[in-house]
Formats: sequence, C-alpha cells, structure tokens
Amino acid sequence: MTETEVFIQQVILGLSNGMIIALVALGYTMVYGIVELINFAHGDVFTLGGFLALTIVGALGAAAIIDPATLGDGSHWLLLVGLVVGCGLFCGGLNVAIDKVVYKPLRRTPKLTQLVAAIGVSFILVNVALFWGGVPMNVFGDGVAAAASKDFPEVLKSSNLLGEDSNVVLCMEDIAIFAITVPLMVALAIFVKRTRLGRGMRATAQNPVAARLMGIDTDRVIAATFMIGGFLAGAASVMWSVYNNTISFQMGFRAGMDAFTAAVLGGIGSLPGAMLGGVLIGLIRAMSDQYIETRWTNVVVFGVLVLILVFRPSGILGLKQREKV
Amino acid sequence: MKNHASHRLLRVAASIFALALPGLAASAAPADAYANSVKIVSSLPRTGSANAQTTSMVNGIKMAIAERGGKIGDIELVYEDWDDASPQRGNWDPAVEAANADKAIADEAVLAYIGTYNSGASKISMPKLNSAGIVMVSPGNTYPGLTKAGFGEANEPAVYRPSGKINYFRVVPTDDVQGSVAADYAKELGATKAYVLHDRELYGKGIADVFKKSAEGLGIQVVGFDGIDNKASNYKSLATKIKQSGADLVYFGGTTQTNAGQLAKDIVSAGLKVKLLVPDGCFEEAFISAAGAKALEGRCYITFGGVEAKALTGKGKDFYENYKKTYGGEPEGYAVYGYESANVVLAAMERIHKAGGTLTRENVLAEVGKTKDFTGALGTWSFDENGDTTNRTMSVNTVKDGKFTTVKVVQ
Repeated sequence: MTETEVFIQQVILGLSNGMIIALVALGYTMVYGIVELINFAHGDVFTLGGFLALTIVGALGAAAIIDPATLGDGSHWLLLVGLVVGCGLFCGGLNVAIDKVVYKPLRRTPKLTQLVAAIGVSFILVNVALFWGGVPMNVFGDGVAAAASKDFPEVLKSSNLLGEDSNVVLCMEDIAIFAITVPLMVALAIFVKRTRLGRGMRATAQNPVAARLMGIDTDRVIAATFMIGGFLAGAASVMWSVYNNTISFQMGFRAGMDAFTAAVLGGIGSLPGAMLGGVLIGLIRAMSDQYIETRWTNVVVFGVLVLILVFRPSGILGLKQREKV
Repeated sequence: MKNHASHRLLRVAASIFALALPGLAASAAPADAYANSVKIVSSLPRTGSANAQTTSMVNGIKMAIAERGGKIGDIELVYEDWDDASPQRGNWDPAVEAANADKAIADEAVLAYIGTYNSGASKISMPKLNSAGIVMVSPGNTYPGLTKAGFGEANEPAVYRPSGKINYFRVVPTDDVQGSVAADYAKELGATKAYVLHDRELYGKGIADVFKKSAEGLGIQVVGFDGIDNKASNYKSLATKIKQSGADLVYFGGTTQTNAGQLAKDIVSAGLKVKLLVPDGCFEEAFISAAGAKALEGRCYITFGGVEAKALTGKGKDFYENYKKTYGGEPEGYAVYGYESANVVLAAMERIHKAGGTLTRENVLAEVGKTKDFTGALGTWSFDENGDTTNRTMSVNTVKDGKFTTVKVVQ
C-alpha cells in the first residue's frame, strides 16, 4: 500500500466511524440543549437498539423469511431501512418513556439529582441488555453465554466495491452509513429550522420560561426532543451493528463516551457542533491509529479535547447561541 | 401506646441478637463448629463472556468432590463457587478478587482456594493468601512471572510471597512454554513478518512479549508491537496499518474478553490475507461465537496448554466421558484443569487424613506442595520447586465447521 492509499483508507474509516458517533452525539446535544441534562443513559438506549436489531434479524430468520447465515451474499437494503426505522422508533419511544418516568418528576430538582438519576437509568439498561443477551435464540448463541459478544450477521455485501485487487477497501457498509446518516441529519436540520415544532425547540432552548409564556407547549417540545434523540441513537445502533458485525451489552459505553466527547468538542447544545465533533473524533481516531500508535489513541482524542476546551471553552461551534437546540 | 413501644424494643433487641448470633457462635467454639466439615472455594470470573468456560471449570471441581462422595473420611467437604467479576467490567474485577481473598481468610473453615482464571487477578489475591498461609491452586493462570523470576518485573515472584513460603501452585503450563510453541508454529506456517498485538493486561502483554522474543530468535521479523484498546468498537484502522506493514501473520496476546473476536473480524474485513495466532485465553466457544466461524476458519490458530478434552487419555478420558454423562454437554478447554486442581487438593487432604493428621490450613498447604508423580486427568506430573506443573503438553488448534480441532500436539 502506498502512503496515499493508506491515507485515503484511513479517511474512509474515520468518516464512517465518525458519522455513527455524530448520530449518537446529536441525541446528547439536543437533550442538553433543551433540559440541560447530560443524559448518561443515552449510550445504553443505543445498546438496546442493537439488541432489538439482532432480535429482529433472528426472528425473521426463525420464520424463514431470511437466512441470517447467507444474508451477506446479497445486499438487503430493504431490511436495513426497516431495521433503522424499527429500532429508531423503539429507542425514541424508550427515551420518551425514560423521560416521563424518571426525568420529568425530577425536572425542578437540582441538576446533580437528575445526573445521578441518569446514571441509575444507565445501570438498569446495561442489565436489561445483559438479560436480553440470554434470550434462547440462534443468533444469540442460544443464550448460553448472555454476556458474550454476539456476532451480527452481514446485512450488506462486504466485498470491496473498488475491486478485490484494490488496496483501498470501500464496502457497501461505508456507503450505507452515508446514505442513512446524511439524509437523517439534513432532515433534522430542516425540521429544526422550518417547522413549528422545531421553532418551538429553538425557543425552549433559549429560554424555557419565555417560551412557555409565548404559548409553546414545552412538555411536548421536550418529549419530541427525547423522541428524535432516541430515534437517531436507534438508527446509529443499527449502522454500528451492521458496520462492526458485533453487538455486546457494553457497546453503549464506548459509543456513548465517544459521542459525549464529540458533543462537548463541537459545543454541547449545538447541532452542527455535534455533527462536526463526531466526524472529527472518527478522523482523529483513525489518524492516531495509523500515524501514532493505537495504544495512544484515547490519549490523543482527549488531548485534543482538552486543547480545544482551553482555547474555546464552549467547544468549536458552541458560541453561536442561535443554533442551540 | 406502651404496648407499641415495647414491641418496638423487642424487635430492636431481636435484630441485635440475630446480628450478633453468628459472631457469638463462631467465637465461642470455632473448633466444634467446623470439626466435621472443611471448605474449598473457587474464585473465577462468573459474570461476563468467560462464564461458559468457568461454568465448565466449576463443573469439573464439583465432579472431583462428588467422586469422593463429598467427604474426606467422615469430614464433609463444602464447596463454594465465588465470582471475581463484576457486571460493570464484564470481566474479572480487581476489587472483587481482593474481597474474595479477604473473605476466604476471614472464614476459618476455608482450607483451599482454587483460582484464579486470569493471571492479573492472582497478582492481587496471591500476597493476601500467602500471608494467611492458605493454599492456592490455579486452574488457569499462565503468566510466568507469578512463580518464576526473569519474565516480568524485577521483584517478581518475591512480591507475591510476603511470607517467603510458596503457597501458590498451578496445573497449567506457563506462557514461556506457550509463547515459544506459538512462535515455532508461526515458523511452520511459513511466516516471515509478524505483527504482534496485546491487550495491555498482565497475561496478554506477558505472552506477547514471549512470542516476540521467540519469533525473533527464529528469524521472523517483528514489524509491529502495539497494545490495543480492548473496548474499541472496531480495529479497522489498525488493520489498515497492519496491511501497510506487509505482515503475513498477526499474533494477539489477549482473550475473548479483551475483544479478540472483533480483532479477528476486522482483520478479515480490511481484506488482510494473514494468519492469526492467539493464545489459550481464546480457547473457548465464546471466541467462535464472538468472531463468527467465518472469520476464523482456515486462518486462525489457537495455542493451548494441554489438549482438548476429547483427546485426553487415561484418567482424562474417564473424566471426559463422565463429564458428558453428568452435564450432558462437551466440556470447555479448561474444565479438566478445574477438575485436576480440585483433585490435587483433595488427594493431599486424603493423604493427611490417612496418616491420622488433622485438616488445617498449614497441613493442607504443606501436603499439596509435596505432590509428586501425581497421576491425574492430565497424565503423571509433579509440582516443581516454583509450584509449577512439570507437565509440558501443548497443542495448536484451529476452527473447522464452527468447532475447535487440534492440528498439532507438542510434548
């Protein structure tokens, strides 16, 4: 492989990983923008999305509609889109339910109380995933080792689109990440900018009391925010599972940490900031793995974060209050 | 009103009494309480993906006890299966292992400690149990520094033996043997350039170091040596770097729990045509289910300190047959080591009992240390002056049709 080929390859990998991180980061940043809560359970909502995706694939396999073993032989776009929508709605609904049951009653308590509650929810969800891993289904290894990582069948063809002889590998999975995440992000931007509910969100983010006085139903706005954030986490979990071909009950920990870092890096509360932060972290990881050493990658990521926060304490795009959601 | 108050008083008194009772009983007559029973405990990672492996090991221990009718003479054997992992880590946890060692020391009935599975965990419990003089037999630790000098830190193994005596024994061959067998096999596979990775844990880094040294000695060029982040979502970028290095073999010192499965997968998805060599920490079904058999077949080789259960001979064959009869499934690779560890301890207890001695921590420790020419499921072997087994049998395995198969046995 030549230096140029290596560089191009790492850019592809960095962007693919980064887009997934960005999707998760949007959920963090939106919730923070509206209710000023770092939703630590967000990463674990993401985990459950992955588990639902594998369960659906397993159930379709059991019903002989698809064969999980030979799934990767053809590209199953319909299945992928179905999983994204299904898991997105599930995670969105779960996120709204968590808000209703746990966060809403605590809305007027000190921020620290809410933060601890979020950590508690996170623990509960991790254990739900642990139980879920023990489901006696073929795709879960018959549920023998509940905590073991589960192999996620290939949904898209994993052959190299640039030809088997090419040094640079570009798979259908990389294309799919862009084909799914970019439209979602564009749709979100349009929604927030152009729709009535989106305007309500921006108003609530700026000043919840004033927004309520202007007749905005802030409860509805908050529910919608959790719904959208959860939907994006669900979509991201499907892309993550399809891309990495593995799910485990701990997958939300690292994904959540990366996404949270991305949200802070880009400026928490800022939508374009979360997208930029996610992509940046993906790229930094890839470049550090290649040009430094993989054991230093976490140090590099957090080093960059510290540096940026020193010079721009509210993140790269954090100052533009107008964009805050 | 008065009635209520007195009730409450009664309840408080009762609960204080209930709390104090076990303590009272224990301090009043320790000798009487345990005269007719002794306790053996095991400390293995029971939460997390090592669970299938450790369940199989615990079954082995239970079999060894059941074969003696649960008794040494007329003394009852009590066995407790302790977990040294936590759900937060999904792997062994230093805090839990330390608590287990303290618990064993505090319980006077505990005469033997079977564990641990992970070498890093033994590093924590060894000095504690050594000071208390409790014998420790590990069915799974392979890091050489725990018993031998010259492999890890300069103060090893003395740092684990504050009392100056040896209380730690193991029935598995160590990584200095395994690492060099792996390097030999890499040479046999025709490797010329190896990329060596490890999981930055005691066991993984230790065996990767040995492999690197042995491989270089055999003329294999080591083109990269790096520690991976075992919680990373994927290793595609790293795989690209390996591809660029021109390596034809990747060695990973690590376990299923430190993400060996994902690494195997990403090596394939990056279009790398290299062989993958991993140590015994991956010799479990969970590795195949995490990586997917497709990523391993014809590509991945797993070294193991011993042979797979179905290839055992003599008493080992009896063990294999009985295991399948009792538990209705194939034992995992380390089941027989759980069985052998318990057998070594129990045989020592039997010898003490036959000679008319009493079962104390001191006697059991001394007697286990005297184990010589022991004929067990792993053949006939002894403990050497370091507490290591003299057994040197190693095997190289691969994955075929979704199952492990042995390709080579080294004596």
